[in-house]
Amino acid sequence: MRKQLVLQPRIKETGLQLIKGYNFAYLDEGTKRMIRRAILKAVAVPGHQVPFGSREMPLPLGWGTGGIQITASLIGPDDILKVIDQGSDDTTNAVSIRRFFTQTTGVRSTEKTWMATLIQTRHRIPETPLRAGQIIIFQVPIPEPLRFLEPRETETRKMHGLSEYGVMYIKLYEDISIHGHIATAYMYPVMVHNRYVASPSPIPRFDNTKMNRMPALQLFGAGREKRIYAIPPYTTVKSLDFEDHPFEIEKWDHCCALCGSGESYLDEIVTDDQGGRLFVCSDTDYCQERRAVGHKGSLPDAVKMAITRVKRGD
Amino acid sequence: MSVHDEGPLLKVMGVTKYFGSRVGCRDVSFDLWPGEVLGIVGESGSGKTTLLSSLSGYLEPSTGTVKYWMGQEGLVDVGRLSDPQRRYLMRTEWGMVRQNPREGLRMRVSAGANVGERLMALGARHYGKIRSEVFKWLDRVEIDLGRVDDSPETFSGGMLQRLQIARNLVTKPRLVLMDEPTGGLDVSVQARLLDLMRSLVSELGLSLIIVTHDLAVVRLLAHRLLVMRNGEVVESGLTDQVLDDPHHAYTQLLVSSVIQP
Ligand SMILES: [Zn+2]
Repeated sequence: MRKQLVLQPRIKETGLQLIKGYNFAYLDEGTKRMIRRAILKAVAVPGHQVPFGSREMPLPLGWGTGGIQITASLIGPDDILKVIDQGSDDTTNAVSIRRFFTQTTGVRSTEKTWMATLIQTRHRIPETPLRAGQIIIFQVPIPEPLRFLEPRETETRKMHGLSEYGVMYIKLYEDISIHGHIATAYMYPVMVHNRYVASPSPIPRFDNTKMNRMPALQLFGAGREKRIYAIPPYTTVKSLDFEDHPFEIEKWDHCCALCGSGESYLDEIVTDDQGGRLFVCSDTDYCQERRAVGHKGSLPDAVKMAITRVKRGD
Repeated sequence: MSVHDEGPLLKVMGVTKYFGSRVGCRDVSFDLWPGEVLGIVGESGSGKTTLLSSLSGYLEPSTGTVKYWMGQEGLVDVGRLSDPQRRYLMRTEWGMVRQNPREGLRMRVSAGANVGERLMALGARHYGKIRSEVFKWLDRVEIDLGRVDDSPETFSGGMLQRLQIARNLVTKPRLVLMDEPTGGLDVSVQARLLDLMRSLVSELGLSLIIVTHDLAVVRLLAHRLLVMRNGEVVESGLTDQVLDDPHHAYTQLLVSSVIQP
């Protein structure tokens, strides 16, 4: 994805204090139980959207209140939380959500994928493979993959019930007709456990392959639409495609300019107005971990430091 | 498409539909045989569209039954099919062409996707094969292949109706229901559509029920006619017989008021 670099002050996380007067993780225990029951149902029927009584959260809708409510209902004192937004732990959105939880629970947070027990994310799945016991929680704006062709909720429910998924192929058909290949880049629909078609949330299709047989539990929360769905560990997840146009992930002609990785999802960064551009890992934690153990990209070190600062918004 | 010679494809027995105390249609019975085209004529309000909706399962008849020949299972009461079975039937063996093509098409996706949808709904997952079927059918209904990826919003009324027909016929249904398919079209456009429908019917051996107020349409297409008035069938028989030698006073009135094509 092409990123517009906006320099914004980094929110300082020093001096965080637990906010008094609220329950642990903000939601009351009854609400958390209600959400956990919905999660259990969702886990029992992989890919099936379960309605839940979405609550008001002290963050604006569109900030991922569905995912936040799932995290709030699951988080315990021993958890270590990681929050990602656009692959980065340091965007305003990620910082605000992380601060919300550290202030309402006192739990530890981390940027290290391997260290986290709960990972709340928008737009990405970390490059570092997730392991058994971890939970990744996706923020979902539009949970219904059939919505773009069928506005009626009663009808979409019936279509899921009867596995009437022919319409899902219309978009892919039109992609190939117009672009010669499947051009859908985000929210690329998946078939979960050979039964329910689900939206993977607005992650790039690059990340779809990570969903298949992932050892971690994947949970999806849509706050405005009041839906939760789940992909239990080691579940088969297949991206929809045609026999003669099989699913493919994005590829780049470049490696990451910072860490040299040729296997990660790259962001394009425009460096000047003469068409200069660079490709760097979208997953900042992954990139830093690689550099920490000595991997190098093509850029001189001084430039790398400057770019890292710009990406982090310092 | 399996041929069977054991009896009618559709058996309609005493179908009655009330809306409250008002009669939509009353005690309609007929058999439709494989390859047969049945015209149902009458003025607006005669109950012909209500009857069509009752046959397709869109409306539930107040009394009476509609039975459809389902191969191994024989004649099956359509009203007793489960929802999934009925939906499956509607996208496989049955087709429905509506008067307003905008109701029968997806106006927000391309012409080609409209035609390919039923194939994909039936499990077609090979783009190249779907695409070539789409081209075949666009060609068959005389739509310029260069328009395959265009939005139906850019199509004329006649093209929309031909596109709707292609969308329905692509899965080779056995039974097609048409509700005033030429309604709202210019006379020259109507003539072209009728020619096309006539050749498709004979080529595919379709069984067709066509509801219309236009006697010219049924004269050209229908083997048999039902004449409806106030919700009831007042006359039925072979098309030429009914139109050339009408017995019921109402049919005589209908026929006399029509300009012969
Ligand atoms: Zn990197």
